[in-house]
Amino acid sequence: MTYISTLFPAYAEIFLLIMLSVTLVLDVLITGKTKTMTYLLVQITLLGCSLITVATHEFGVAHLFNNMFVDDLMSDVLKLLTYLAVSMMLVYSRSYLITRGLFSGEFLSLVLLSTLGMMVMISASNFVTLYMGLEILALSLYAMVALQRDSATATESAMKYFILGAMASGFLLYGMSMIYGATGSLDIQTIAHVLANGTPNVSLLVFGLAFLVAGLAFKLGVAPFHMWVPDVYHGAPTAMSMFIGTAPKLAAFAFVMRILVESLQPMMVHWSGMLMVLAVLSMAVGNITAISQTNIKRMFAYSTIAHMGFLLVGVLSGSLEGYGSSMFYAIAYVLMSLGGFAMIMLLSREGFEADNLYDFKGLNQRSPWLALMMMLLMLSMAGIPGTIGFFAKFSVLNAAVQAGHITLVVVAVLFSLIGAFYYLRVLKLMYFDAPESHEKINVQPDSALLISINGLAVLVLGVLPGALMSVCAVAVQQSLLLH
Amino acid sequence: MIFGYPLLSVAIWLPIVFGLLALATGNDRNAPLARIIALVGAVLGLLVTLPLYTGFDRMTSAMQFVEMKEWIRHFNIHYNLGVDGISMLFILLNSFFTVIVVIAGWQVIEKRVAQYMASFLIMSGLINGVFAALDAMLFYVFWEAMLIPMFIIIGVWGGPNRVYAALKFFLYTLLGSLLMLVAFLYLYLHSGGSFSILDYHQLPIPLDAQILIFIAFFFAFAVKVPMFPVHTWLPDAHVEAPTGGSVVLAAIMLKVGAYGFIRFAMPIAPDASHQLSGLMIALSLIAVVYIGLVALTQADMKKLVAYSSISHMGFVTLGFFIFNTYGMEGALLQMISHGFVAGALFLCIGVMYDRVHSRQIVDYGGVVNTMPVFAAFFMLFAMGNSGLPGTSGFVGEFMVIMGAVKVNFWYAFAAASTLVFGAAYTLWMYKRVVFGAVSNDHVKHLHDIGAREILVMTALAISVLVMGLYPLPLSEVMHASVNDLLVHLARSKI
Repeated sequence: MTYISTLFPAYAEIFLLIMLSVTLVLDVLITGKTKTMTYLLVQITLLGCSLITVATHEFGVAHLFNNMFVDDLMSDVLKLLTYLAVSMMLVYSRSYLITRGLFSGEFLSLVLLSTLGMMVMISASNFVTLYMGLEILALSLYAMVALQRDSATATESAMKYFILGAMASGFLLYGMSMIYGATGSLDIQTIAHVLANGTPNVSLLVFGLAFLVAGLAFKLGVAPFHMWVPDVYHGAPTAMSMFIGTAPKLAAFAFVMRILVESLQPMMVHWSGMLMVLAVLSMAVGNITAISQTNIKRMFAYSTIAHMGFLLVGVLSGSLEGYGSSMFYAIAYVLMSLGGFAMIMLLSREGFEADNLYDFKGLNQRSPWLALMMMLLMLSMAGIPGTIGFFAKFSVLNAAVQAGHITLVVVAVLFSLIGAFYYLRVLKLMYFDAPESHEKINVQPDSALLISINGLAVLVLGVLPGALMSVCAVAVQQSLLLH
Repeated sequence: MIFGYPLLSVAIWLPIVFGLLALATGNDRNAPLARIIALVGAVLGLLVTLPLYTGFDRMTSAMQFVEMKEWIRHFNIHYNLGVDGISMLFILLNSFFTVIVVIAGWQVIEKRVAQYMASFLIMSGLINGVFAALDAMLFYVFWEAMLIPMFIIIGVWGGPNRVYAALKFFLYTLLGSLLMLVAFLYLYLHSGGSFSILDYHQLPIPLDAQILIFIAFFFAFAVKVPMFPVHTWLPDAHVEAPTGGSVVLAAIMLKVGAYGFIRFAMPIAPDASHQLSGLMIALSLIAVVYIGLVALTQADMKKLVAYSSISHMGFVTLGFFIFNTYGMEGALLQMISHGFVAGALFLCIGVMYDRVHSRQIVDYGGVVNTMPVFAAFFMLFAMGNSGLPGTSGFVGEFMVIMGAVKVNFWYAFAAASTLVFGAAYTLWMYKRVVFGAVSNDHVKHLHDIGAREILVMTALAISVLVMGLYPLPLSEVMHASVNDLLVHLARSKI
């Protein structure tokens, strides 16, 4: 009994794993297309995890399993947001998936499994744990994309995703082995300690670092390692695109923090230059290519690439301010893109995907409220003040200015101007054009409520971002300074 | 907190709340209700701003009606409002024009009435916020947010080429404001973590940094004014915007740019302002002379008035950068006068457009025969635009020219040419449209303006005349602030 009670920082993960097994078993007994019981069970699991995460929170940093696992404020905050994002994703995608016959027990278990992967990534304190979490997440995502077996594009994008993802994992492992060779440890604390006090082989370290950064770039989907993003977003069923494009970015942020900041902080001179190249390239490729897209899922894919570039600007500033702002950016991004993808699914109906930009034509006349929510989301993505997207960009840029990267800031600002164009085009289609179809938009009450909350949250957090900003700043501060 | 309520906050949020109420009336079945809510909101919006004038202390240049609350602690951003003699007048002007555009769009707008009225009311509140903000980030939020209603107004209710115009308007302005944001971030860092505009005024900054800051602000504000050569969005936006949009654009939005120069660019970077004043004066004079000539050749009435606006705004920037009292006060009076005159001219064009659906000068001729009352009002506003003594247009232009003579005779000479060109293009247009025999069937079937239009025109006509004959009530409130600004600009901040 005493051993189990020492495991309390990992209770949430353990609970999730148990519930995952329960779900798998129970689902066999639940028949029917809607899977209401399984769905509710999954939602309850996520709620339970949130309660446990809150209950097991304690001030400070707790290590577990021989320093393989860490529980700090940053991990708690990110986990809570992950549960929230996953739960929102399920509400949004439920009726979409039911009409397509994809709302199966397998899907729901995969969702839980990938959530577990994200939680492990967020709480990892050792390269091995990090890698384990990443693979749990990635393998479930590959399977989810391929779930629509009769769709050629979905299968193709699953294949692409798998091959490129596997390659990225290879890069990461290779990089990790180099770091291990140079420092003699895979433990994040020990590596930081050796780098700070010892005299490791710098060229070996930089060599390993380059591979690590390339692997990270693959997983984040930043240029020039972004090729898979548009294809996977486009090919996968929209619900899966939404899943890939939202919650895992929180885990990816934690991943970047744990590897680059917590363990390789002394190597900052090296990685911040690499990240700068990646950031500028992503903002350029993402924003410019997005202009020419006619498929809104591809447009979101390129916009994600650009957003991830922006997120890196905060990390590469190399200050607490910068890390906190990147965390805020990741959260803002997840909130906005959940809403964006949800809107595609709300406009879709059986046998019809509203994934073309023109499907948004005249939305203001078909449903003024949905158009207003979409406008808020698009303005937020464009970074217009009054929305959370603005303060996300603002805090990142502020950190970069403080780090002396004025040129980078000007470049980022100019690319976000280019980015504003294609978000405005969505507004133009919704408000200025006449609708092409007058088909009634059938929105489930739960999705309708959630999209309203989501859209208004973008506005409210844009007007009053103070609390969330402080949470991010404190979380990052605690997890970095208390070690 | 004089009069028992936070005046500036009410001036900002009351129109916005009424705008949201109007929006909530939903589709066009409830259009009459939306109109009434909008009118009540606009009139109340004007009434609550009146105490700003009556309760204003004319003796001081300090900020008045100040409100200060913490907004975002993490960045030391405050909800900090206040007005001086300069910004207070523009809040009044803006609230006044909100009433005008709501009435002007009363019958003309038939589709999506609630959204139309809501856009104008929300925009009105946001513009009041721009003029009242004393915190750079608060200013920035209002500054960019006000683009969105205008974007929608042009795009939804505009002319045939409205999409192009709306996007051009938005992206042009956004480019400038993003660079301003970078300048704010630099100032935030440099001032040790403050976003207070008044702190920035006192902050010593080395010359090279001042020049960069000035350039960043220049992009933001010159686009809005607009100054030559970044003026090209304005004719497009004006031509495509619905009448109400053109009125607000000309009467208020352009003033926001000029206001930016005297609230930000000049006092924050005074040395750079002096250093670059030659360039600024040159651009202003090009706007006055060259754009004046361009206006002469226009065949489209709205384009003509749009170019005339650019030319008149050249006077404003000229007045700022000659650094004396005449120039500065003249420029401010010119801003207000141009608001009345250009707003009125756009309304006049709107009146004709509503009836004939054309803005081309050649489609008219002999309007006076069928619309005598309208022709009289139009005459007055055309005279105001030409700068005839006795109208508001004269006061500002005359003072700026007086100020310019003190600096350099040739500046004044070039600027004074506008009295010729301005009269030429305005009166020539007026002659072709209004005088002569009835030229075609359209004009023959015109009916004169109704009570609603007469009400609007009368309000504007009184403003133009009173301001032209007795501008003292306006200039006396700005006196202390202008003097203080000039003293501040004369001190080096390096």
